[in-house]
Amino acid sequence: MVQNRSVELLVGVFMAAGLVALFFLAMQVGNLSASTNGEGYLVTARFDNIGSLKEKAPVTMAGVRVGRVSAIGFDQATYEAVVTLSIDPKYVTIPDDTFAKIFTAGLLGEQYVGLDPGGSEEYLKHGDQLALTQSALVLEEIIGQFLFSKAEEGVE
Amino acid sequence: MLEQVVRLGRAGIGIIERLGRGHLLLWHILGGLGALSVRPGLLIRQIYSVGVHSMLIVGVSGTFVGMVLALQGFYILSQFGAEQTLGVMVAASLVRELGPVVAALLFAGRVGSALTAEIGLMKATEQLSGLEMMAVNPVKRVLTPRFLAGFISMPLLAALFSALGVLGGFFVGVGLLGVDEGAFWSQMQAKIDLHEDVYNGVIKSLVFGVVCTWIALFQGYDATPTSEGVSRATTRTVVHSSLAVLGLDFVLTALMFGD
Repeated sequence: MVQNRSVELLVGVFMAAGLVALFFLAMQVGNLSASTNGEGYLVTARFDNIGSLKEKAPVTMAGVRVGRVSAIGFDQATYEAVVTLSIDPKYVTIPDDTFAKIFTAGLLGEQYVGLDPGGSEEYLKHGDQLALTQSALVLEEIIGQFLFSKAEEGVE
Repeated sequence: MLEQVVRLGRAGIGIIERLGRGHLLLWHILGGLGALSVRPGLLIRQIYSVGVHSMLIVGVSGTFVGMVLALQGFYILSQFGAEQTLGVMVAASLVRELGPVVAALLFAGRVGSALTAEIGLMKATEQLSGLEMMAVNPVKRVLTPRFLAGFISMPLLAALFSALGVLGGFFVGVGLLGVDEGAFWSQMQAKIDLHEDVYNGVIKSLVFGVVCTWIALFQGYDATPTSEGVSRATTRTVVHSSLAVLGLDFVLTALMFGD
């Protein structure tokens, strides 16, 4: 029966669409997937503290996005965070003494990596490591330091 | 005075009687599941009329709900400089609440009313009695496939709603309003938990699917076999299903996300 066959086909399409939607919710919306975009060259940077930096966060230079955070690891020997940055391949003239800092976008916004270019003649290439980094500002620490200095003023 | 108390009592007994008949019917419907596995063709035909025909309205509504969520959310969030959490807001509201609930309300209107009218008319034109005359159990032959089709279709439709809603929100948020694409997805993936949010949403939609289909089938099967009776049963299906979905949603939310 032709009609019966087309009914079965449409039911199959419906079930497949529903399952694809469930799969999409699990992989893309939930955090089951571990896909990283392969494009771009990889550069690592070590930070004492990355705050709440997440994978796929933007990497910017002069406010323009030049790449993404592709992986975040932890070095057990030095107790530092190892952040792998995937830089867009069209930006090939970034000096190798570039300074990497972690900033926060707005008061409640997410954290991102900002790059300040250095003066070196050598350019960054795949596998390089950024030597100069500055950790994320953790609000509690700053408040703690502020209170501490205030208390010291009071003693004198 | 006494007359009023009597009327109240009669109404109470009537409600409990209907509830009892509804549960008995559900019991008989579930009893037909074994026999259905011999004839899967019946189920496929019902999934076609229940699920496939609802895909368009559910998909379009999901997309637009996601787009509106992104627009409204962006307006509020941008006042705090937190536009980048737009993805979390859109996905969380869709996966946890709007996906299952709005899809179930659409399901009640689109599928529930059709099921009630169909079965009510079968009863009014004595097709159900005709089946019984031929020693075919009308509950197993007519109601069980429809029930199972609703049970299977509802979570798929809710997932479709949520997924298209997220894509709609992505289109508006990233495409039109200029939220960063990576932040949209990464914040979403960091905050949306697979078990806590996605699975609980699926469980919700399963419950709603059972309740909506059950109410629709019972109202049709229990309808007064006249044209007026069928029309009233159809109205009751939509009203009762919608109220049941909204009430159950509160209970389920309190149970799942309460602590």
